[in-house]
Amino acid sequence: MKNMPLKIDINSDKSLPLTFHLNPEDFLPAEEEEKQELVVMRESVSFWSDGLRRFRKNKLAMASLFVVIFMLIFAFIIPMFYPYNYYQQIRGSEALAPFEYSEKELAAKEAGEKIFPHVLGTDTLGRDIMARVMMGSRISILVGIVASSIILIIGSVYGAISGYFGGWVDTIMMRVVDMIYTVPDILIIILLSVTLKYPLQNLATKAGFAWINRVGVGLISIFIVFSMLYWVGMARIVRGQVLALKELEYVSAAKALGASHKRIIRKHLLTNCIGTLIVTTTLQIPASIFTESFLSFLGLGVSAPMPSLGSLAATAIDGIYSYPYRLFAPAVTISIIILAFNLLGDGLRDAFDPKLKN
Amino acid sequence: MAQYIVKRIALAIITLFVVSTFTFFLMFLVPGGPFLSEKAPSPATLKALEEKYGLNLPVTQQYKNYMLRLLKGDLGTSLKQRGREVNNIIATRFPVSAKIGAVAILIAVTVGVTLGSIAALNRGKLLDSIIIFFSTCGIAVPGFVVCTVLMYILGLKLNLLPTFGLTSGRHYIMPVIALAFYPMSYISRLMRSCMLDVLNQDYMRTAKAKGLSQWKALFKHALRNAILPVVTYLGPLLAYTLTGSFIVEKIFTIPGLGDSFISSITGRDYPLIMGTTIFLAFLIITMNVIVDIIYKLVDPRIKLS
Repeated sequence: MKNMPLKIDINSDKSLPLTFHLNPEDFLPAEEEEKQELVVMRESVSFWSDGLRRFRKNKLAMASLFVVIFMLIFAFIIPMFYPYNYYQQIRGSEALAPFEYSEKELAAKEAGEKIFPHVLGTDTLGRDIMARVMMGSRISILVGIVASSIILIIGSVYGAISGYFGGWVDTIMMRVVDMIYTVPDILIIILLSVTLKYPLQNLATKAGFAWINRVGVGLISIFIVFSMLYWVGMARIVRGQVLALKELEYVSAAKALGASHKRIIRKHLLTNCIGTLIVTTTLQIPASIFTESFLSFLGLGVSAPMPSLGSLAATAIDGIYSYPYRLFAPAVTISIIILAFNLLGDGLRDAFDPKLKN
Repeated sequence: MAQYIVKRIALAIITLFVVSTFTFFLMFLVPGGPFLSEKAPSPATLKALEEKYGLNLPVTQQYKNYMLRLLKGDLGTSLKQRGREVNNIIATRFPVSAKIGAVAILIAVTVGVTLGSIAALNRGKLLDSIIIFFSTCGIAVPGFVVCTVLMYILGLKLNLLPTFGLTSGRHYIMPVIALAFYPMSYISRLMRSCMLDVLNQDYMRTAKAKGLSQWKALFKHALRNAILPVVTYLGPLLAYTLTGSFIVEKIFTIPGLGDSFISSITGRDYPLIMGTTIFLAFLIITMNVIVDIIYKLVDPRIKLS
């Protein structure tokens, strides 16, 4: 019955070879299945599945995604099961080499106790270096993700407003961006992270702000500083996109239907540059980690005893001749983190926003 | 063109003004004062010191004095290095940083452009992959990692190069490599993608069709066009070199401006912090203006607006 052309049935009724006797079965309504077969269109490929397909094909990007996931597990999950923590000073186990045991621990081992080895040894205060490197990676990744999220919010809203309203609003807003752009950012970041600590410490003593101490003054000032300066790049990119998008028909349609400015920006303009937003935010993460490591290497980042990969490297540099592994562990970790996020961002860009490449 | 230049310079001046104002008030926010950190002086000495450096005046007065002196190019006197003028410190320290920085910029640009072009011309071949691999790693490795790895391998293990100071030509090698590493990788990536773009242009085909030799086409047409985006990177490159010197000079104990900036921060030497910041900001902002103008000059296709 399938796809059978309408034809004169001559076989079943040989007695009437010349009559136009039609088979009534051919005139039955088509079944659902048959209807489906006539649909020649492929299932429409959505923005996400198209991007994902391209992303999966990119081997380098997939590999970097796995490295990123591994680093996330390394920084956030393994420390939960790791027997040592980053601030614990183990008496008698100072300055051990990797996989070396102190006398006390050896004695305990003799007695049949299970002692977890110090995979990367301990520092001069008897703290397990592996635990500190894991904690440092956690700080670095957190800084990258949180700072990039703040930058995403500020930059996209600012850029969208500037591009959408145009005219003098745009001119003024973009002049501000131009100005922040020309300011040498590292200098201002250094200045701010030097000075912000004090007002923040004051604030932390007030009621309702005790959480500041829990997160750490150094970390918060880094968040503030990064989000104050780094949103301009995001704002410029989003503005450029919005300038093009706002001329499209669906925006006029939304306007004609009486949608408010806020709704148009949120529902139509920002959602339509989602690819750019994802890519720019992902590429912002390694950039933030890079700057954070620079700051904490100079001693301006997170405050002790909290480690950061930069400050771990900075403290290890004095003992570079005797304990090179103390330096190489954080150095290699931070390079891997930045490299993986960079490649992931590049892969996402190729998959979701190929136009952005140049 | 004149209008553009005027506009660009005006924006730069406003930015400098904002930066210096911002710096001044930020420094004012820091409590504790510069004399409190070490052994506390007696109240009388403290008062005398504050009077001497004008720290007892109201903020607005201090700000006014500061800005007026700044206009004359006077950055004040250091608080920690008794009686030394900030101008003097910058004048003795900066040439050291400038020498290293200039060599690093030179190397970064020449090597970066060459590597990028080689990669683009050998697209998809082994050489291209090697250059991509190293430049991708290069932009992912923080400056302090490069410094310390160099120091460990070349300085300590192989004992080839001196690890601190700046007394002979050999002392320059490691700091310069460390400083040039990131921008070199960045430029070679930039150059590669621009070069690939240019090589696919119609005028390259025309050049080939009219019988130009490959080298001539490369130098007369491809390189000239592909190098333009590298020009725009010169501003950020200078900024990177200047701030990167903080780390390099700290690690290799080089008596440059970066080293003095870092110690002024830990020592809370306000005038020195402000002076260095404004000096560096001035350099970077001026360089950005010059680069922008050069860019418009060398590429007539860019519309002036």
